[in-house]
Amino acid sequence: MIDYAWVIPLVPAISFVLILFFGKRMKYKGAEIGIAAVGASFVMACIVAGQWIAKFHHAPETGVKAVTHAGLWWQNGGQKITAGIQIDGLAAMMMFVVTLISLLVHIYSTAYMHDDRRYTYYFAALSLFTASMLLLVVADNTLLMLCGWELVGLCSFMLIGHWWEEEPNSNAALKAFFTTRTGDVGLLIGVVLTWFMVKAATGRGSFNIVAVNKAALGGKVSHTLVLVCASGLLIAIIGKSGQFPLHTWLPDAMAGPTPVSALIHAATMVVAGVYLGARLYGIFWSGFSIGHGGVNVMAAIGGITIIIGAVLAFVQRDIKKVLAYSTISQLGYMVMALGVGAWTAAIFHLFTHAFFKALLFLGAGSVSHSGSHHSFDMKEDMGGLRKYMPQTFTTFVIGAIALAGIFPLAGFWSKDEILVTANQGSYDVFLYVGLVGAFLTAAYMTRCVYLTFFGEYRGHGHPHESPPAITVPLWILAFFAVVAGILNAPHVDLFKKWINPSSVVGRTVDPELIHHIFARFTEPTFDTTAATISVLIALVGIAIGALYYFGDKGPHGLTQRSGAAKVGYTFLENKYYLDHLYTDVIVGGVKGPIANASYWVNQHVIDGVVNGAGKGTSLLANFTYDVLDRKVVDGAINETANATGWVGGRFRGLQSGKVQQYALVLFGAVGLASFVLALVYVVS
Amino acid sequence: MMLNQFLILSAFLFCTGIYGVLARRNGVLVLMSVELMLNAVNINLVAFSAFRASVEGQVFALFVITIAAAEVGIGLAIVLLIYRNSRNSDLDNIDQLKG
Repeated sequence: MIDYAWVIPLVPAISFVLILFFGKRMKYKGAEIGIAAVGASFVMACIVAGQWIAKFHHAPETGVKAVTHAGLWWQNGGQKITAGIQIDGLAAMMMFVVTLISLLVHIYSTAYMHDDRRYTYYFAALSLFTASMLLLVVADNTLLMLCGWELVGLCSFMLIGHWWEEEPNSNAALKAFFTTRTGDVGLLIGVVLTWFMVKAATGRGSFNIVAVNKAALGGKVSHTLVLVCASGLLIAIIGKSGQFPLHTWLPDAMAGPTPVSALIHAATMVVAGVYLGARLYGIFWSGFSIGHGGVNVMAAIGGITIIIGAVLAFVQRDIKKVLAYSTISQLGYMVMALGVGAWTAAIFHLFTHAFFKALLFLGAGSVSHSGSHHSFDMKEDMGGLRKYMPQTFTTFVIGAIALAGIFPLAGFWSKDEILVTANQGSYDVFLYVGLVGAFLTAAYMTRCVYLTFFGEYRGHGHPHESPPAITVPLWILAFFAVVAGILNAPHVDLFKKWINPSSVVGRTVDPELIHHIFARFTEPTFDTTAATISVLIALVGIAIGALYYFGDKGPHGLTQRSGAAKVGYTFLENKYYLDHLYTDVIVGGVKGPIANASYWVNQHVIDGVVNGAGKGTSLLANFTYDVLDRKVVDGAINETANATGWVGGRFRGLQSGKVQQYALVLFGAVGLASFVLALVYVVS
Repeated sequence: MMLNQFLILSAFLFCTGIYGVLARRNGVLVLMSVELMLNAVNINLVAFSAFRASVEGQVFALFVITIAAAEVGIGLAIVLLIYRNSRNSDLDNIDQLKG
């Protein structure tokens, strides 16, 4: 199966077409096609993951080679571009996560999106998204990754704007699309540079991921080129994975249906940036000199994102926006982890985060579906739902604890590993940033759980538990949120055996041998002290949150009493004024000059070209008319007529109309003929 | 059998006819001259028929007489119509077909 892994994205792609054409006529309006296709992909992804793991039973010293298959995509001027699949631990893990969450979201959506007016279209878009995301995952070259990357962006746009009749939704979709497109400019530059990087290293250009990473790590390419390429790709990551300062689209993207938020804007698409970072880690490693410690831009971006995302999560009333800012913050952890050299930890956090964040989003969806009458406002329409929705409550709390990083749930293991690497890889600053982030995460999740499930019910609906199509996926995800972390626990260490940074050069070696590939790379070891500290900090966060909300202790109403606190709160409510900066200052400041410049270009260049073309055509037409048409063609015809007329004029005298003249000519001719004949007779 | 006298007579009649056709102005007289020419031809046909003791010439002569009757009928009708339109039958006035 692992050799035929290209089938895995193909199946949902076919399902997309089938749903579009036949979905409306099916019994369940196309949902059954989508579920069957994604289910089939899920089974295949499990088999692929199993086959990958099985390869490690007899692993040679040189490591397990990634399974690659490529064929000619197109050729142009002697340059052959190949396309194919590269299946290794990273790809297999991503396929497993994407197909599992997609399958659960499909099932969940049959209940959540019940009676939606574009139900079939919704499932078609989900299928297309799954196919695109899987394409991005299996791709063996950066160009194919770019295709998958743009396709998932398109699907995200389609699904955020699913209810486009309301203007905020379509605005949110546009904002998401444009903001990620801004980052995609960097991706385009980066992908183009990967080609030249390989060309500089080997003499033959290629987009192949392994070749690109080898070129970047090989040291033959100038550091400037690698740095520019890494910066371009980092901008792409910033756009796609909601990093500061382009994170502003992600909270607005919550305008889409909640299952979409869970699938696309929590578990899979937004981590595409992190996946890209992991896949092309060689470029970042040597571009940003990650092995040297200190501060680099990638880690800094991640660190800033952790804090700003987590702080903003405190001032949200909308439960989905809390989770969105939490996602931003967690993505910050992943990017920071890549930045500090914690490759395995970043991917491991991606893996565990996908489960508990999807769980939290689906839980929020369940609350709005059955508890708060389709509202997401925690302060207005929720509260006290613990009694009405016990299953949603239990699973949500499991997700929240996993997110907060409490032992022994999934989030603990992955977050701890990031912190340990930052500590051991001489990135002390980011250790503290990570710890502050952990504290904030625990506190805002306490606030969120309190406002949603405790206190008195403030809504106006009739809260009840959601149907099994919603609760079963919640329980499955809760299971993973609890156990997924064990994979990389000390003395288990399976995850880092199957998936580690050596995969960027096409073979997965034993974790101890990685420093042969990455200079100065150290695989972190579990540190009990750090783990204890991080858990304690998270517990303190929960405790302070609990005291503040449950115990009603602490400075309540501070924002009304203290001027400074009020200013701070307003600053946060306005999301650091970043949206104002983008919409009013940057876009507003740029669009005037751009409009003027466009007007000038339009008037002078484009119109000039058009007018010039028009004038040229007119000149040519006049020339044709004067010379060709009038002189040559008309001249020939007129002269023919004139000649005929002249000849006619010469002969018109014969036609006198006088009968007797005719007769004279007749007889004269007869007489002449007789004379000639007689003469001939006589002579002969 | 004396052939020459008939030929001379017919030649004389034919020339009279030609002169009439070319010189006369009156349409009726022109028609009569045409009759003279036809009859000159008839004389020739009959004379040769007798000279060669063959009947074909006479058959032709009879045909010519028949056609001439029809021709003069039509010719007189045309002249009559011309006269009605222009109050004379002078051929010099009939030059509407002038080029």
